[in-house]
Amino acid sequence: MVLAGAAAIAGCQREARPFRELPAASARSQAASETPLYAGSPSPPTGTTSPFQENAWGLSEGKRLFVAYNCVGCHAQGGGAIGPPLMDNQWIYGFEAKNIYESIVQGRPDGMPSFRNKIPEYQVWQLVAYVQSMSGQTSIDASPGRADHMPPHTPETISPYIGRRQTGHK
Amino acid sequence: MSEPAEPRARLVVERPDAPRPTDAELAREHQRLSETWRVPKGVLGWFMVVDHRSVGMRYLVTAFGFFIAAGILAALMRIQLAFPENTFLGPDKYNQIFTTHGLTMMFLFAVPVMEAMGVYLVPLMVGARNIAFPRLNAYSYYMFLFGGIFLFTALLTNTGPDTGWFSYPPLSGPEYTPGKRADVFAQLVTFTEVAALAIAVELVTTIFKLRAPGMTLNRIPLFVWAMLVTSFMVIFAMPAVVTSSTFLLLDRLVGTHFLNPAVGGDPILYQHLFWFFGHPEVYIIFIPALGMVSMIITTFTQRPTFGYIALVLSLFATGFIGFSVWVHHMFATGLPQMGLTFFTVASMLITIPTGVQIFCWIAALWKGRPQFATPLLFVIGFIVIFVFGGLSGVTLAALPLDLQVHDTFYVVAHFHYVLIGGAVFPLIGGIYYWYPKMTGRMMNETLGKANFWTLFVGFNVTFFPMHQLGLMGMPRRVYTYPAYMGWNTLNLISSLGALLLVVGGVMLVYNLVHGLRAGAPAGENPWHADSLEWATSSPPPVYNFLEVPIVEGRHAVWERSPDRPVVTGLRSDIREVLVTDVMDAEPAHRDQFPEPSIWPFLASVATGAFFVASIFTPWAVVYGLPPIGLTLIGWFWPKKPAGEHVAEMMAPGAPDPVAPDLHA
Amino acid sequence: MGRARAIAIGLALAAAGCGGVQSALNPAGPQASAIAALTWRFFILCGVIYVLVIAALIWALARRPTPRDETAEGQRRLGRIIAGLTVLTTAILVVLAVSSVVAGRGLISPSGPGAITINAIGHQWWWEFEYQDVSANEWVNSPNELHIPVGVPIVIKAMSRDVIHSLWVPNLIGKRDLIPGIVTHTWIQADTPGVYRGQCAEFCGHQHAHMAFLVVAEPRDRFETWLQRQRRGAPQPSTPEQQRGHDVFMTGPCVMCHTIRGTSAASNIGPDLTHVYGRQTIAAGTLPTTRGHLAGWISDSQSIKPGNRMPPVPMSGEDLQALLAYLETLR
Repeated sequence: MVLAGAAAIAGCQREARPFRELPAASARSQAASETPLYAGSPSPPTGTTSPFQENAWGLSEGKRLFVAYNCVGCHAQGGGAIGPPLMDNQWIYGFEAKNIYESIVQGRPDGMPSFRNKIPEYQVWQLVAYVQSMSGQTSIDASPGRADHMPPHTPETISPYIGRRQTGHK
Repeated sequence: MSEPAEPRARLVVERPDAPRPTDAELAREHQRLSETWRVPKGVLGWFMVVDHRSVGMRYLVTAFGFFIAAGILAALMRIQLAFPENTFLGPDKYNQIFTTHGLTMMFLFAVPVMEAMGVYLVPLMVGARNIAFPRLNAYSYYMFLFGGIFLFTALLTNTGPDTGWFSYPPLSGPEYTPGKRADVFAQLVTFTEVAALAIAVELVTTIFKLRAPGMTLNRIPLFVWAMLVTSFMVIFAMPAVVTSSTFLLLDRLVGTHFLNPAVGGDPILYQHLFWFFGHPEVYIIFIPALGMVSMIITTFTQRPTFGYIALVLSLFATGFIGFSVWVHHMFATGLPQMGLTFFTVASMLITIPTGVQIFCWIAALWKGRPQFATPLLFVIGFIVIFVFGGLSGVTLAALPLDLQVHDTFYVVAHFHYVLIGGAVFPLIGGIYYWYPKMTGRMMNETLGKANFWTLFVGFNVTFFPMHQLGLMGMPRRVYTYPAYMGWNTLNLISSLGALLLVVGGVMLVYNLVHGLRAGAPAGENPWHADSLEWATSSPPPVYNFLEVPIVEGRHAVWERSPDRPVVTGLRSDIREVLVTDVMDAEPAHRDQFPEPSIWPFLASVATGAFFVASIFTPWAVVYGLPPIGLTLIGWFWPKKPAGEHVAEMMAPGAPDPVAPDLHA
Repeated sequence: MGRARAIAIGLALAAAGCGGVQSALNPAGPQASAIAALTWRFFILCGVIYVLVIAALIWALARRPTPRDETAEGQRRLGRIIAGLTVLTTAILVVLAVSSVVAGRGLISPSGPGAITINAIGHQWWWEFEYQDVSANEWVNSPNELHIPVGVPIVIKAMSRDVIHSLWVPNLIGKRDLIPGIVTHTWIQADTPGVYRGQCAEFCGHQHAHMAFLVVAEPRDRFETWLQRQRRGAPQPSTPEQQRGHDVFMTGPCVMCHTIRGTSAASNIGPDLTHVYGRQTIAAGTLPTTRGHLAGWISDSQSIKPGNRMPPVPMSGEDLQALLAYLETLR
């Protein structure tokens, strides 16, 4: 009973479906993470974690969008092809949520396009959370299970935690 | 339960010339039996109870609690659907509510309440002191309770299943239902299926082996036959839904591909497995009600059951054919036409045994002079509503027609007609009928009749318009509908009818409570009924029967000879029970039943924790199984049998204990 | 024109009333007619049976028993009556079963020559109808609105991209499930011109309630005109406002999910918008196609159809007006 209660409390966050609660404005640039210098007043800081870190629906949406927005075209299903792998522990530009957010919104040198104005803000955060789940950084009960497609890799719900290391630009 | 090669215990059958026990002797016997079979008191004692009437009563009350909860969910749904484009409930909440309503009604109310009536009544009707496997009985109740608590805790924390009570994949699979909602569904199925299987096993054993001497197969009451058929159906049907929900769980949690079409799995496999269970499930709910109807009609016409053999065979035929119709739930999936034709024909044929039963009951009412007490009113309501629902079922069996009304409100109307009309009305009639036996008090007749009419009118106002709505194109499971479709008026009428049903439900609860406080004391047999449960006091003592009766006819109480032969020789200082054989209920041997025990409760806690935790982490399998093992060890720890007495009582050359006048 | 048409549709749908739009008892094609005829036969027969059973019940309850009932002869007589009724029931069921099987046979295959094949693809929560012609350049993709010529059998190959859906146009045909991993088949034919509404009939998630589509049955020549127009790509913007709208579309989130043939927008996650303004509804039958409804849908789709796949796309007022001006050219 206690177990059920504890799991249930955790469920509040996991099971929410916040369709309409989060900002949808196209993602704009936030404070750049690689320099403290900026022109004019600082933009409001990026959140440090994705609001969908523990939200099963958000992670599942992230998984869907990863295919829909063709991230798989360069990153395959996390193993990397033209783009670097996302399921390992080598993070060129940092492993934190805001770093991944910047990567998506601003783009990165050597081929990562900028999706500013192309992907709504909350969907970027869903993608951020999903990318983190590929290396086991999200909790086991919120992570997505296997997809209903040909299986490209271990489902995120049983991905082991890999650990994180910022390696810097190669 | 058979013991190896033991000399038969000596039983004595009262012969007419034997002296009857004096009142003082009977009083002493009552003392000893009350002490031996006592129900433990206190908080700890509550968890140790193994008496079938206590457990049956708990089952009944809990199942009714779930009925009320599911009814509230239904009321919420009807509020949302009363007006087009209503915003009372959003889609997410509505989906959880309709799914939980269906799951609660099917798994937490309809099957358990019929099982509960069986657990309470069957041992009394067959003349036994307790149900077979009493500790398993207690375990089953706790599993059912924990399953229900699990589901509702999930619903209240936004984790309620939201993909319909049958939860088809791929929608309920890992990609399209994130989180734990569908896992809650699958484990609820596990909880309730364990509970139902346990009771099925107990009932089969009780009915086959614990009948009072003289109750040959030909003399078994119809409700007991119904519970026997139901129990066999449970045993054969439940494994299919275990399989389908296990496939779903494995796909979601472990990453298997049973139901993943991209890699060779098949969502239709799930549908087949589910409906192979799902259709017998509705007969599992319905057949006990048929048994209750037979008992009530016999009592309120005061005539021997008309067409006994036909009724029994119809129960078996319905149960049997019920396993061959499941694909009628899948007519739209594009299966080959030839196969579907078979299921059309089978789905129509299943009407015939039920029709035979209806004809026999109408014949019984025709022959006798019916007394219009509340239970009989509910039975008449059953016939009126259920026959309509059955005929709408015949229309659904026709493939082309089904393709138009499948998954619309027409189907919703149909199954509510057959389930409420066919199972809930007889159940409520049965509650009014057996309430005096269970509580020792009569319910108020005027309130009962008012209750009947409120429920009857409310039910029809709620569900009849749904036939029309389905034909007009309104699909099921929609949280709202456009205002220009022409469905507005009928939906509003249906919702107003639901209001009346809520009133009827409140009246029922009030009647039940009011009867406890202010009901007239019921005697042993206020309805002058015919079956054995009416041959003991109301409520029955803890040991059920002071003297186990010997059955002399189909209607045990009506056909008792004046000298009332009974079984004697059973020990009253231990929980001793007479085991008889299957065909003719000849005494076979004596068996000792277990004392109250805490192990069923502990085992159910361990099992429940294992089930719940296993949907969150695989470590639950490693850490969850040993406690279950430990509790089972405690449960089965052998106790010293009290069997030494047998050698004392058997003397060489003792006469054969079975008297010839036991045979039918 | 869009607005006036929307109002006309609304009125027409509203005026249909009982047995009108989306009603199984208002058939407009041969299959639905056959099913409706079968339905009436069943209803009448079952209705008669029901009335007889209830009459017997009432008679049984009201009757005073006579001494003759208790005799063995009386018992046997009743038994024979019940046996006779059982035989009669069986006979009636056989008749009904045969009737059903015969009607069902006619539903299987198209009745006439010149059938057109259409792919119906179900998505959460919209419909995709593909008309495949000889040349791949001329494939037509018409989301949520199916145009068919009157009197011609249309073979439908039904597939799903995600979960199980069910294609159902009650005025024309019964349901056929769309099951991922397999292709199911059905066929429809409309004998009367008109607009018929269909709806998904297998619970498919949050917005199952708002997954409808229209079947527009029109004379052959009108259908061919429509098909011809569908094959064309989008026109070039002709005013500055339309050009600005075009740019808003191409530089904003729209291109991530939608296709407009004739431009560089070619994503197939969401419905094809090449002829969006030429269709009578948007969002799978949820809203009529008017400027105002489109504006609302683009700005905040989640309030209209919560949980659906289209994110809200807030933008400045001028951008939105320009975008609408551009979309109005996509007929």
